[in-house]
Amino acid sequence: MTSPTPSAATPLEVTDETVAKSTTSTGPKGSESRSPGRLAWKRFKRDKTGVISAYVVIFFFVIAIAAPLIAKLYGKNPYTTYASQDPSLLDAFSYPAGPNGGMSSQFWFGIEPQLGRDVFTFLLYGIRTSLGIALAATILTVVVGVVVGITAGYLGGKTDYIVSRVIDILLSFPSTLFFIAFMPVVYGIFVAPDDNIPTWLRALALITVLTAFGWATIARLLRGQVLGLREREFVEAAKVTGASPMRIVFKELLPNLWTPIIIQGTLLLPTLVTAEAGLSFLGVGIIDPTPDWGVMIARGSTFYSQDLTFMLFPGVSMVLFVVAFNLLGDSVRDALDPKSKR
Amino acid sequence: MSNTNPLLDVSGLTKHFPIKGGFPIRRTVGAVQAVDGLDFQVSAGESLGLVGESGCGKSTTGRLITRLMEPTAGTIKYQGQDITHAGRKQLAPIRSEIQMIFQDPYASLNPRQTVGKIIAGPMEINDINPAGGREKRVRELLEIVGLNPEHFNRFPHEFSGGQRQRIGVARALALEPKLIVADEPVSALDVSIQAQVVNLLQKVQQELGIAFVFIAHDLAIVRHFSQRVAVMYLGKIMEIADREDLYDNPRHPYTRALLSAVPEATVDEEPRERIRLVGDVPSPINPPSGCRFRTRCWKATEKCASEAPPLVQVEGNKPGHLTACHYPETPETIPAPRLSKDPEAAA
Ligand SMILES: Nc1ncnc2c1ncn2[C@@H]1O[C@H](COP(=O)(O)OP(=O)(O)OP(=O)(O)O)[C@@H](O)[C@H]1O
Ligand code: SF4
Ligand SMILES: [Mg+2]
Repeated sequence: MTSPTPSAATPLEVTDETVAKSTTSTGPKGSESRSPGRLAWKRFKRDKTGVISAYVVIFFFVIAIAAPLIAKLYGKNPYTTYASQDPSLLDAFSYPAGPNGGMSSQFWFGIEPQLGRDVFTFLLYGIRTSLGIALAATILTVVVGVVVGITAGYLGGKTDYIVSRVIDILLSFPSTLFFIAFMPVVYGIFVAPDDNIPTWLRALALITVLTAFGWATIARLLRGQVLGLREREFVEAAKVTGASPMRIVFKELLPNLWTPIIIQGTLLLPTLVTAEAGLSFLGVGIIDPTPDWGVMIARGSTFYSQDLTFMLFPGVSMVLFVVAFNLLGDSVRDALDPKSKR
Repeated sequence: MSNTNPLLDVSGLTKHFPIKGGFPIRRTVGAVQAVDGLDFQVSAGESLGLVGESGCGKSTTGRLITRLMEPTAGTIKYQGQDITHAGRKQLAPIRSEIQMIFQDPYASLNPRQTVGKIIAGPMEINDINPAGGREKRVRELLEIVGLNPEHFNRFPHEFSGGQRQRIGVARALALEPKLIVADEPVSALDVSIQAQVVNLLQKVQQELGIAFVFIAHDLAIVRHFSQRVAVMYLGKIMEIADREDLYDNPRHPYTRALLSAVPEATVDEEPRERIRLVGDVPSPINPPSGCRFRTRCWKATEKCASEAPPLVQVEGNKPGHLTACHYPETPETIPAPRLSKDPEAAA
């Protein structure tokens, strides 16, 4: 059984072989496979915008993770009101005494007006809080969306019908309004009206609400993808050999869904960063004195006409992060799904 | 034909797809009668060709046999065992014996799995551990289907259509099946590649003694491949016979029309006339009464509209040659006047 095809077909078989050979020669090595993931990675590496954005995004995550370490080396923390130790830092109107918001070799990013906290560490910890919450909410949103979407799409029938109606209803809500309306409700569930709300509960409530209103988009998208995939013949081929539904979902469907999942995740994170900051800005998320991007912008907005410097740091850093992450998201999409380009 | 103990025994096989409609409460408002009462057998090692125009229910039949779909009525017996409504667990021991080759080589291989994984998948699922390991078996299978065994860790997108279909064949062979349902395995391929894949399948069929249900939309390919041929039209079998009987002595007008469209087929020794069927295939939602072919048949009478012709051995047929027609063709039958002749096809 070594000669695969009858001799009559041999010339054409040679054509087949040359096709195989030419693919080999373009690859780095004969046995090395060009997996779809590897091809996407190669495409991504060629995309300058994407690579630069990735570095910027990584930088933000590194400083967020390393915030305590940086603060220690720098020798300050975001909670101490340095002005009460050294009143000369603020002037008579409680604005930084030095030029440029009190920027100095001591206080790199200056002094916060009124309370006199250190802007640099406050921003570091603020980024840490905001990114932490947004990242947790993104992961949870994607997980919930993926599980619900795949379940609805794969099972179909009544499950699909009910899930789809729930998604329709959720997507028809004006979400920003509901965030603002729902946050106090969530707090109310756990804490008596007059009690102090602990910061961890605020973070948890933010993650819950952001997830509750966010999963529907991803679920709908994945449901559609699964509906298309489950009719594909390779799924039938798996069924014919006796594959269990679990195996079909995890081994046949899921590997084909990583692209939309990763794309959605990267596009979701910056929107959740702004949403989190927005809610904190409006006073229903994280509140002062916990450092947070949104809190900082909220404080900055109360005195930006007198001291623009303070507003500048959280504002510019957030714009930089969101823009970089969105560009990264676009590049990731182009790399994973080159057909969608332009 | 010794059909006393066939490998596959299908009787009265029916699949109606419900059509849902109505608002606000969705209910069944009709049915697509995709397959309607099929009877046929396949013996071990035999190849049955299933031929018919697009939409006549060939794929549905294939998917019913492989139990990818639940039949509406009828029975499917495999080696005497009724598997018509068997669940996944009950089917498990049989799954490895009935395999399928699909029409579209681009959709039938998971783009995210390596060829090795695709071919080893069936072994993994059925917990088969061949001597020397699964990878060795994968290489063997790749060699059998004429691919480079070293390519087992490549991805489907690195192969051409014909090569992909060979991978599909290797996957079907991985479990050493007794029956393979091949649903138009070459119709998506270049004409130049078609012959190669058919030759491969023929080799597999003969050397490994695997029975085939070979689905095709014209009689040309089946002629070289199948010992027995069934002609389908709108969900019903019009004629079923051993190859020589069907090609040399077609008794059903539809078979005759199909044969006249086959380039190298010679119905008679006389100059061939192409029978061009006029009109469209009627909708399977509302098929014609009586004989389903009557709207396009040049011999139709009132009897054809009122009475469905049974699939029987009509006079003049050899045993095993069954025809569903009230007025079967004879070698002398001259194409009727209503029949249009196609001058281009004759040229
Ligand atoms: N899942 C389904 N739901 C509803 N109708 C269906 C379904 N699958 C097939 N049909 C209908 O059943 C009929 C037979 O379809 P089938 O795919 O079996 O035809 P076929 O002979 O394989 O055609 P082709 O040569 O185009 O592949 C068609 O009218 C088709 O529209
Ligand atoms: S039964 Fe009548 S309509 Fe049907 S094929 Fe025979 S002659 Fe034609
Ligand atoms: Mg088909």
